[in-house]
Amino acid sequence: MSLHRRSVAELAAGLAAKEFSAVELARHFLARIATSNPALNAFLTVTAERALADAARADATRAAGKAGPLTGVPIAHKDIFCTDGIKTSCGSKMLDNFVAPYDATVVERLAAAGTVLLGKTNMDEFAMGSSNETSYFGPVRNPWDLAKVPGGSSGGSAAAVAARLVPAATGTDTGGSIRQPAALVGISGIKPTYGRVSRYGMVAFASSLDQGGILAPSAEDCALLLGAIAGFDPRDSTSVDVPVPDYVAELQAPLKGLRIGVLKEFFAAGLDGPTGALVEASIAQLRELGAQIVDVSCPNLPLSVPTYYVVAPAECSSNLSRFDGVRFGHRCQSPRDLMDLYKRSRGEGFGAEVKRRIMTGTYVLSAGYYDAYYLKAQKVRSLITADFKRAFEAVDVLAGPTSPTPAFDIGAKVDDPITMYLNDIYTIGANLAGLPAISVPCGFVGGLPVGLQLIGPHFGESRLLAAAHAYQRASDFHRRVPAAYA
Amino acid sequence: MSLTRRDVEAIAHLARLEITEGELPVYVDSLSKILSFVEQLNAAQTGTAEPMAHPLEGEVQRLRADVATETDRHQKYQANAPQVASALYVVPKVIE
Repeated sequence: MSLHRRSVAELAAGLAAKEFSAVELARHFLARIATSNPALNAFLTVTAERALADAARADATRAAGKAGPLTGVPIAHKDIFCTDGIKTSCGSKMLDNFVAPYDATVVERLAAAGTVLLGKTNMDEFAMGSSNETSYFGPVRNPWDLAKVPGGSSGGSAAAVAARLVPAATGTDTGGSIRQPAALVGISGIKPTYGRVSRYGMVAFASSLDQGGILAPSAEDCALLLGAIAGFDPRDSTSVDVPVPDYVAELQAPLKGLRIGVLKEFFAAGLDGPTGALVEASIAQLRELGAQIVDVSCPNLPLSVPTYYVVAPAECSSNLSRFDGVRFGHRCQSPRDLMDLYKRSRGEGFGAEVKRRIMTGTYVLSAGYYDAYYLKAQKVRSLITADFKRAFEAVDVLAGPTSPTPAFDIGAKVDDPITMYLNDIYTIGANLAGLPAISVPCGFVGGLPVGLQLIGPHFGESRLLAAAHAYQRASDFHRRVPAAYA
Repeated sequence: MSLTRRDVEAIAHLARLEITEGELPVYVDSLSKILSFVEQLNAAQTGTAEPMAHPLEGEVQRLRADVATETDRHQKYQANAPQVASALYVVPKVIE
């Protein structure tokens, strides 16, 4: 089987068996990027030299008998993770000139695990978007149909993995930004429990929701890579000091007896019929594989989108106040005075969607509106979280669609923020409650992939990964690659 | 909730964002729509629910000992600054 058709686990096994070297592997993927990236626009920066140096070091490590499970495996980082000495743009004009002066913890850990960095991937500006169309550097295209969006905000990571330009990539998920693009391009993507993966060096959007994770072909690959990035980090004050299980070993946990709750609210109006039918069929398959299926309800869940669009912009308006045109980032030409410097630097540096969210956040936090919007939303967030907690008293895992429809046309929703926001109707709940969730491919509608979402209780990643792995042992959707990239 | 041009100008000023004449009507329209959309939260019976700021129950922000853990790397950090002189960030004159 050609190198790029193999999963991360299969590549790791091939490297261990010395079927091929890390340098050969890096060259193979760099050649694929050179051929296919111009049309896909998935990579913003290709770090070819760095990749070959990393790969040579990985081969030396292996020759010395010191290789770990990920030594020599090529990866890419979403351009939201700071990479020492490498441009880190966050998809924004604001950071078009920014070379990160240090590594994010996620970057540091994957480098320490011996992975090979191929480059940085495109994304919605400051991770604000569900289609990758808000990137200052242009939209990413969906490898299954170049006229469609790949989802967002980790759209570059998703498209790059789907087209097999890289075996796996990092992403971040504030309202669905790993799971929704994973679903729309037919790969697996896991958002861990809030606090599971360090946010140090990850450009902040909404700090009580942001969480880093992995996009890769299979759940097994996600398990391999998540084990490398998860764990306590004293440099992130919200990092949680809970031991990291051996996710790969725990993949073998049996599906038999697992109680899977089907969320009633996820199958209501708004869900595309054929998409819903595929998700239901995949849940039926989980039942055949031994899981027990239970109907559950989280009655406040339909309020998750409006709650999110108060909480996330509020936190974003505060976080993005650091971009002032003084210490780093874009500065306007010839400012008249300090106020002009702030306003024009920010007005020019941020794109329309980022400005819209900063202003929404500024408004809901302003005196006189704080109680009506922000405090109210935080109370509803409590209700949604309590709903999940109640549901997890009766079931081990919740199941539903990841996204209400397959990938839509580029340009179709850019002029209507509310329609765009509703793409994340099934993913936002997990962020509000800090829960881990995974999306895995479960079929195709009109040639476009559909994702099944599984949500778990806090620190229930092992359970999600094992259930997804059991499903993938009985299905092959995660092995399909668009014909043009086979 | 319907915002006026003056509302949006005031919000943009608070947020330190320059909005062009051409952009203004677009934001008046979209921000009004977003606020109307989130107003469905008003109907939620929140009763005695506590406002939730952190997703993990009982988790509090850690403190650490007040000791320096970073070395001086100002030269590296200031390499990203638009304007630096004598290791200081330069901005337009603030005091006449």
